[in-house]
Parts: sequence; structure tokens; C-alpha cells
Amino acid sequence: MTRIINHPILGKLEDKKAVPFTFDGRTFEAFENETIAAALLANGIRKLRVHEDSGTPRGFYCNIGHCMECRVTVNDQANVRACLTVVEKDMVIESGKQHPNIVKRMVEQQ
Amino acid sequence: MMDVIVIGAGPAGLAGAIASASFGLKVTVIDEFVKPGGRLIGQLHQEPTGEWWNGIKESERLLQEAKKLSVDIRCGVSVYNLEKDDDLWNVHTNIGTLTAPYVLVATGAAEYPIPLPGWTLPGVMSIGAAQVMTNVHRVEVGKKGIIIGANILAFAILNELQLAGIHVDRIVLPEKSPLSGKAGEPEEVMKSLLNAAHLAPSPLLRMGSRFMKNDSFRKIGMKFFPKNGVKVNGTPLLLRKAAIEIIGTEQVEGVRVADTDENGNIIPGSEKIYEADFVCIAGGLYPLAELAAVSGCPFQYIPELGGHVPIHSELMETPLEGLFVAGNITGIESGKIAMAQGTTAGYTIAKHAGKGGAAINKQLQEAVQNVRSVREQAAIQFNPEINSGRRKMSELWESLYSKNTRENSQIKIG
Repeated sequence: MTRIINHPILGKLEDKKAVPFTFDGRTFEAFENETIAAALLANGIRKLRVHEDSGTPRGFYCNIGHCMECRVTVNDQANVRACLTVVEKDMVIESGKQHPNIVKRMVEQQ
Repeated sequence: MMDVIVIGAGPAGLAGAIASASFGLKVTVIDEFVKPGGRLIGQLHQEPTGEWWNGIKESERLLQEAKKLSVDIRCGVSVYNLEKDDDLWNVHTNIGTLTAPYVLVATGAAEYPIPLPGWTLPGVMSIGAAQVMTNVHRVEVGKKGIIIGANILAFAILNELQLAGIHVDRIVLPEKSPLSGKAGEPEEVMKSLLNAAHLAPSPLLRMGSRFMKNDSFRKIGMKFFPKNGVKVNGTPLLLRKAAIEIIGTEQVEGVRVADTDENGNIIPGSEKIYEADFVCIAGGLYPLAELAAVSGCPFQYIPELGGHVPIHSELMETPLEGLFVAGNITGIESGKIAMAQGTTAGYTIAKHAGKGGAAINKQLQEAVQNVRSVREQAAIQFNPEINSGRRKMSELWESLYSKNTRENSQIKIG
């Protein structure tokens, strides 16, 4: 994905300061005052987590905080909404991971 | 201490804050999003006059006006509860509990999803999400997309995506099911689109609208609806094709689509996969009313207003003392209506706070009249039955909560 630099009505995207951050250990650049979801998409990343139980991939869905699909871990704080959180310098972001479902495994084994 | 807490920094909330602050009230506006302006900042369309309605500029104007009146605006603040303690409202947020005698709930709307197999894949998003990514964040959502669902919101955002140079390959309907409801019925979709046909860029829709409003012609029209669709701004609108599944492993790769008959039923053996790297689901809007619900405000289901809405007067009061509502939480309409309602709510709050003297009643009357005239002048309505919905709410308020009614009943009891 790329940024929309020239827009016929909204005009040219103003020059913004680049802010480094990491996502799952890789370093990327965001623009200042940009949300995590926008910064990751601008870097070509759509998969923000996997479903805690099934492990299926998830991205952002509503992009305005309602659907809770875009939850990531930010500086060790889990379940932060990527679409509502602004990237800060050197932020450590990790995708949401699958959790062991002990009860389900027990039921399956019976 | 503050006098008014406004929840939501969109057109309704900001207009409400400005109106109440102009009477000297101390106002704080909170919003969950990273910038003020609400969904106004994503809106961009050409008016019938040819002028561009630029939501970013509109919200900037509101913001400057609010700042001039010393309105305190805080973004990134999420509200999770709302309760009344004696005479004061407690607004519980992620930065602590805020307290004020008056609260304006202007939380706007959210989108109805249309769940279908594969809709949780990365690259599938609500149509509004694509709008925010494109116009607010200025990031491309993809190279080639498919929109599932044909409604006014979808066409408005289709146009915005095209302006940003993003290719939308086709618009199809969702498969007919209890979840997709009318959105999966070609004739119902055609009926709702015809209400906006005077604005439709497609000559076929425009010319057709005159006779297509007739029921039997519409049925025939649906039967012979072109297989390759009609073009809306160059993008084929396929009312006789339905999305069955979104496919992909790690992200969207395409959509499995089938032909349908004029009633939206799948024609077996007609399935085909269209490649795409993003999919927008357009299910329409509903009032985002959870906070009014946790506050204990009574609700009414009015489909013409978009779903369940808090009961309110034309002055934007709710039955709960000190709690007011404005904007899309009261019914799905345009940002202009939201602003007019916000202004009304702000004046009403000022009146409750004892401000404005004798002149306030006249100002309030004018504000209510302005809401009505903005509605009449609107080129497009999300719901064509909006007037009937507003009338229902107004009658409900009169019969249950109007002061005159209450006083009369007290007299009778006494």
C-alpha cells in the first residue's frame, strides 16, 4: 500500500516527520500523529493479529474503534485498538497472538 | 467544575458545545478518536450546485469557533459509563470520572455489518473504514476493490475512493439472507437508490427513475437489469449479482459471486471468482446509542430513523434531567442536520442552566425551525421516510413527556 500524496480536492499531503516504531520485531516508519492501523497499512501490513482461539488472521474492520478487531499489544499493554492509537517514537507494537485454550483441549481429549 | 460535558467531537457535539459556550457555560468535549471533527473529517462530495462540501474544512471552522469560546476539547478519551448521582452526571472515562450537571450525548452512528463467509480476512473492511483510511489518514486501502452492498453511503464513498485514485472494480449485493435483509433484495435496493436518482451519475438510473418509481415497471426493470450492470461513475453496479464468500488465506484475494434472479435468489452454477485485494462491506448506518442506554434513557425502535433511538424532544431533551442528545444518535441524517441539532441542544442546555433570559425561547424556536428547513433543503436523505420517523418521535414525546401533558395529568390526579 502507499500513501495518497496528491489529491484533487484535499490537496497535497503535507510533509510530516517520520517516526520509527517496531511491529513484531521489524522496524518501520510512521508519520507523526498517525494511527497504528494507518502506519501499518501504509507499510503494506494488513494482518494485525490472529484470532485468540482459532488462529485465523484479522485486520482492521471499522477503523473507528467500534469493532475491536484491530487489537494489538503496545509497549506490553495488550488489547490496544490500532485504529485509535497514535504511533509514538520507538513504540514497540506486537500483533495479537493465539492463546492456549486449555478447557477446549481438555474437552477434545475426552 | 465544568457545566457541560459533550460526548463526541463531531458536527453535533461541536455545534452543541459552541452554542452552550456562547452563553458563558464552561464546556468540555471528549472524543475517542485521535482528532476532533467526527465523521465530518472524512466527508467530501460535490453539492448539486457544483460546490465541494469538504468535511475537513467544516470541522476546522467549528473547531476554531469552539476554541474562541474556550471550549476544552480532549481527544483519545473513551467513555465507558454514564450515571447520575443526585444532581450531577458522572461520565466515567479512561482518564477518570468527569462530572457536570449537563451532558450532551452526540456519539453519532456506526455501520451495520453484513457478515458473510470470509468477512474476517484482513483487507475486508466497512465502507466507512475505507473512507477514514482514504480521506483522513491518506493511506490507500488497496489497488482493486469490490463493494458489497449498494446504498447511498456506498456511492458517496465510492466517489471518494475514485477521487483518491483507488480502483473499485464492481459493486455487488450481499447474498439474500436474514442477516442481509433488504440489502440482498434487488428490487428493494433499486427502490432506495431511485430516491437519490436525481443525483445518480448514471444516465440510465437518472432517466429510468421517472418510470421505475412505478411498482410494475420496477419489477420488469429488475428482470431485464443488464447482466454487466449499469455504470456508476465508471464502476459497474451489479444488482443481479450477489457475493457468496470472500476468499483468501492470509488476506483478501477475491470474492465468489453468483448471478441472481430478479428476487435475489442465487442461480445455481453461475458462480465466478472476481479478484480483489480489498473488499468494503456497506450495510448502512445505525444510531450509536449505547451510552444513552447505560444512562437509563428510555428508547424507541423507529426504523425510519435507523433503529433504536433514545426518546427525545425537538429541543433535544431526553426524559432524564440534564441529559441531552443530538446528531445521528437521534436518527441517521447528514452532518448539516447534526450541526443544526447540536446548536438546538446547546441553546436548550443554556435555557436549563437559566441563561439567555427571555430571548432564549425565540432563539430556540428559530433553531428548531432551522433543523426542519435544513432537512427540507437536503438533496439526499439516508432514509427517505425520515420525516415520518421524526413525526413519530415528536408525537411520542408529546404524549409521554411534554410538560403540558404532565401538568394536565397532575391536575386530573389532584
